[in-house]
Amino acid sequence: MPAESRTLAQRLMRWETLILGLIVVAWIVGAGLSGDFLSADSFTTASLDLSEVALMALPMALLVVAAEIDLSVASILALSSACMGELWNSGQTIEIIFLECILIGAACGAVNGFLVTRLGLPSLAVTIGTLSLFRGLAFVVIGDQSVTDFPSTWTDRAFGNFGSTAIPNTMVLFGVLAVIFAVLLHGTGFGRKIFAIGANEEAARFSGVRVKRIKFWLFVLSGAVAGLAGVVISLRNSTAAANVGTGFELTVVTAVVLGGVSIFGGKGSLGGVILALVLLGSINKALTLSDSISSYWIQIVTGTLLIGSVLVPNLAVRAREARAHNFHGRRQWPWRTRVDTSRPQEESA
Amino acid sequence: MSDSPTPLLALDQAEKSYGAVRALRNGTLSIGPGEVRALMGENGAGKSTLVKVLGGVVQPDAGTVLIDGAPVEFHNPTDARDAGIAIIYQEPTLFPDLSVAENIAMGRHPLGAARRIDKRKMHEEAAELLKRLGVRLDAERPVRGLSIADQQVVEIAKALSFDAKVLIMDEPTAALSGPEVARLFGVVNTLKERGAGILFISHRLEEVFAICDTVTVMRDGAVVSDEKTANLTEDDLVRRMVGRDLDALFPKTDATIGAALLNVQRLTREGVFTDVSFEVKAGEIVALAGLVGAGRSEVARAIFGIDKADGGHVEVEGKRLPNGKPTAAMAAGIAFVPEDRRQQGLVMELSIKRNATITSLARLTKLGLIAGKAERLMAEEWAQRLQLKFHSLNDNVGTLSGGNQQKVVLAKWLSTEPKVLIVDEPTRGIDVGTKSEVHRLLSDLAGQGIAVLMISSELPEVLGMADRVLVMHEGRITGEISRAEADEERIMRAATGRAEVAA
Amino acid sequence: MSAQTETASGGAVAPEAGAEARRRTDVIFRVRELGIVGALGLLILVTALIEPRFVEADSLRNLALNAAIFAILAAGQTLVLVTRNVDLSVSSVLALSAFMAGTLLSDHPSLPIPIVFLLGMGLGAAAGALNGFLVTFGRVPALVVTLGTLYAFRGLAFLWTDGRQVNAETLPDSFLNIGTGTILGIPTLALIALVVVLIVGQYLRDFRSGRELYAIGSSPEAARLAGVRTDRRVLSAFVIAGALAGLGGVLFTARFGTVDATAGNGYEFTVIAAAVVGGVTINGGSGSVYGAAIGAVLLGTITSSLIVLKVDSFWQQAAVGALLITAIAFDRWIGLRLDAALRQRSARRAG
Repeated sequence: MPAESRTLAQRLMRWETLILGLIVVAWIVGAGLSGDFLSADSFTTASLDLSEVALMALPMALLVVAAEIDLSVASILALSSACMGELWNSGQTIEIIFLECILIGAACGAVNGFLVTRLGLPSLAVTIGTLSLFRGLAFVVIGDQSVTDFPSTWTDRAFGNFGSTAIPNTMVLFGVLAVIFAVLLHGTGFGRKIFAIGANEEAARFSGVRVKRIKFWLFVLSGAVAGLAGVVISLRNSTAAANVGTGFELTVVTAVVLGGVSIFGGKGSLGGVILALVLLGSINKALTLSDSISSYWIQIVTGTLLIGSVLVPNLAVRAREARAHNFHGRRQWPWRTRVDTSRPQEESA
Repeated sequence: MSDSPTPLLALDQAEKSYGAVRALRNGTLSIGPGEVRALMGENGAGKSTLVKVLGGVVQPDAGTVLIDGAPVEFHNPTDARDAGIAIIYQEPTLFPDLSVAENIAMGRHPLGAARRIDKRKMHEEAAELLKRLGVRLDAERPVRGLSIADQQVVEIAKALSFDAKVLIMDEPTAALSGPEVARLFGVVNTLKERGAGILFISHRLEEVFAICDTVTVMRDGAVVSDEKTANLTEDDLVRRMVGRDLDALFPKTDATIGAALLNVQRLTREGVFTDVSFEVKAGEIVALAGLVGAGRSEVARAIFGIDKADGGHVEVEGKRLPNGKPTAAMAAGIAFVPEDRRQQGLVMELSIKRNATITSLARLTKLGLIAGKAERLMAEEWAQRLQLKFHSLNDNVGTLSGGNQQKVVLAKWLSTEPKVLIVDEPTRGIDVGTKSEVHRLLSDLAGQGIAVLMISSELPEVLGMADRVLVMHEGRITGEISRAEADEERIMRAATGRAEVAA
Repeated sequence: MSAQTETASGGAVAPEAGAEARRRTDVIFRVRELGIVGALGLLILVTALIEPRFVEADSLRNLALNAAIFAILAAGQTLVLVTRNVDLSVSSVLALSAFMAGTLLSDHPSLPIPIVFLLGMGLGAAAGALNGFLVTFGRVPALVVTLGTLYAFRGLAFLWTDGRQVNAETLPDSFLNIGTGTILGIPTLALIALVVVLIVGQYLRDFRSGRELYAIGSSPEAARLAGVRTDRRVLSAFVIAGALAGLGGVLFTARFGTVDATAGNGYEFTVIAAAVVGGVTINGGSGSVYGAAIGAVLLGTITSSLIVLKVDSFWQQAAVGALLITAIAFDRWIGLRLDAALRQRSARRAG
């Protein structure tokens, strides 16, 4: 048994410190690359661009902690946007439409939840299916069209800043939701149960945790927020269409994993995810603004960071294990699914 | 059976410690060709460790392994396998999606032209192996869906394909039905005739006498006896396994017995257990005894609602519980400490504090939020009450010893202030000191008026703790024995289905 | 002892029960592959009845062409899926290879075409090796690795192309013919796909290392215990998948002629869908390349079918998604039924 046992808090503090360090590095590099980087304006645009991804990363973090995943979020966003356009064209009140779109998102989430909890299908495969299904439905709803004549009160709000600050309204929305989700995950019984489910679903069940119900609602939550994100992006860009948000799901998952949430479930913090979003946004902005480095490097850096965020701790653990000569070091098997590493009656002599 | 002077496999004074726990103090035994040797002992006696040493899974701190009289060193299981030692574990490790033949041949498929796999030869060889074992099993069928008994046979065939000379079988009959056991014995005899040596780990006395030539008994990490079965009686064996003063270890205090708190009526789960009925009164400790595979844990799970029952029902204080809902059982006041501590009882990655409070979250919540202080206080209170030895409540629960881990599981459940406590193997894999602490705790709980249902495979524990003993055999209750009348023999008889005993 | 007779009587029933169990599972597994062939046939039939031009030579040729590259990619993906991993980076690898092939041939039109293919596959194999190393020796989950390389390789493609694109006019005709030509009436691309599928399919069926891939996906623990070199095998699965993605890239250029950095965007999900629809389980251990290839054809046919039937092409994506979900649900249902049936048989025999 490892002599030093890291508590969850300690382990995460390390992670968040690391990400914080990377953010500082990114800012230094960004400032070096372009004089405009450290300006209020660049903060505004950078965070605006990331609004929807940031929103969707919140419930995604909860899902991944519960050892599930939802790759259909970007498609739910698109469906929401498409419905918004169509409903607007049919003359409904804009505020009602907001609500309807969120509900549509929730319904999509319920479909995912049903397939995963009732039918017992693996969430990775299922959400690859619903990714196509929902995006397809978005096209069926609105076709090739785009709707652009949303009321300016709302589009201005979506695009604009809070009061006289440089903080976009969408960031305020994100901030509010972030607090709610953080409290949900770290400060409620619900959150405690999510961690238990992700770490050991069977033990959670044996402790009276309603695993299926919780997972179902997590999917619904993910869908609802994706629906909200669909509304936000349509207003922000003054365009509702079916082809919005392609590829967002990957950025969302990247933010979550980069934020220290283990893809196996049971570990992670929302704070880390928020910091990861800041990091991603900073890198994005730094490279977009720079004249010397092509913005194409964004994707390369993102991909490397993502892999590194899991690789580096692994290598560190291996190094430590090797030093301790510990035959009983518990190994995490590498594949996406967890392999049962409990040896038969390791305790009993 | 010829008595060859050179044993196929021998172990000489092996020792192994895990930190402060001396799992193996003196491991010495030998197995000759055509010999079927039983390895017996209670839980914690050192059997698993000895087997792991023989199988190369673990390296001993001291002592030697000898093959055909010559000392060898196993660095990993493959070394042992190459030396001709095969371990048939309780849980077969097969590939469910592949065929029986391919499971046997994996990695060493027979090759034909152009290094392509010769499927026909593979199937023929597998069929041949199965025939040699005297078992009819279709070599071409997938392993998925095979019963445990059949999977075991495949594992044995696999071992033979590696030219195993010594087969170590770990509780092979644990999950087998009568006819399946008979078939397994046929296989063992066949192996015996072919000159293989077999180490048969079991606690089923009847089987040991039926099939084994010699018996090695272990106790507290050391081999204490090594004799021919022909020279022993069952009592002799039991005495060698237990060999201690029962009363000193299990301080069961008397308690006033009250009304029936738990009432189980004709509970049935198809193919697992049938018509199980009993009640547990306040202040009572009822032991549910029987051999592994009798269905006891399954009954407990069905009572708690983890598994859905197919028939019958459960009442707590006269109120009927809905089928298959653990939350309802918890709300009614049932607590369930499961058998598998690591997989079912605890979430190993979480802290002691989190584990201990996971069942009481509702009570720790104010306005929807968890009161961090209350959480910590609850964990502290229980840690103190149960005399938990730990470094910090925020430590990973995996850093604790087995005994302390069990205390955390108990803390988790006791904090729900249950009326009925079901404990499945309360002291499995726990050191002697913590064992008596747990027993004292259970006794105290009964004294406070809690109804305790204790599932245990350790006869001394059953005899020491229980007010009443219910015995199960192959899914049915075959005996109800009062404390006064209970002894090992009566329990064993009921557990092996040899006699229907009524209190 | 009565044990002997019990064994005998139990044994007498056994061979039939065993053979019947086998027949039943064979049928069920055949059903799986037959199922998609059947669905494919039904789809073509129905479409042809409504619009007879669907089964005209040109139309069928297009079907084959559309499916070919996906079939090749799906074959590679099968190898990875079978080991209980996933490779999301295929589309980016395809893009890199496609662009490389395009620029090479544009700048050096006299380059022998087989060399181009080899280089493309080599590039793909290198990418696959990177994926494989990170998964095996780095112990990073495949989902995370290939998500990262999906990004990184696509970024690399953008960097390399730098906004340029390859144009069909700059490519030698002999090359473009591979993408659009026919041999004996069958599109060359389809023939290549067929050959690839056959080779990979045979590998998985008849060679030790191929079978070991199934073992790894079926039970990684048991595979380790059986002495299978898990790391090495998984690495090779990724390398082959990468090489095939590279091949797909070269063929992509041959087919479309005009290539830029967005080549193959979104392919990864279609490829995985094709494999899963074709019977390759996402948890590994079962499925065949042939099924995956048929899945690719089925998905491609749905698209063409919908176009021909003048159904809103917007329904295509939704249809693909619905099909994938149906396939997964169906597989699970089959799996549960199979387990129950086989267990009953065993229990009856032993009890």
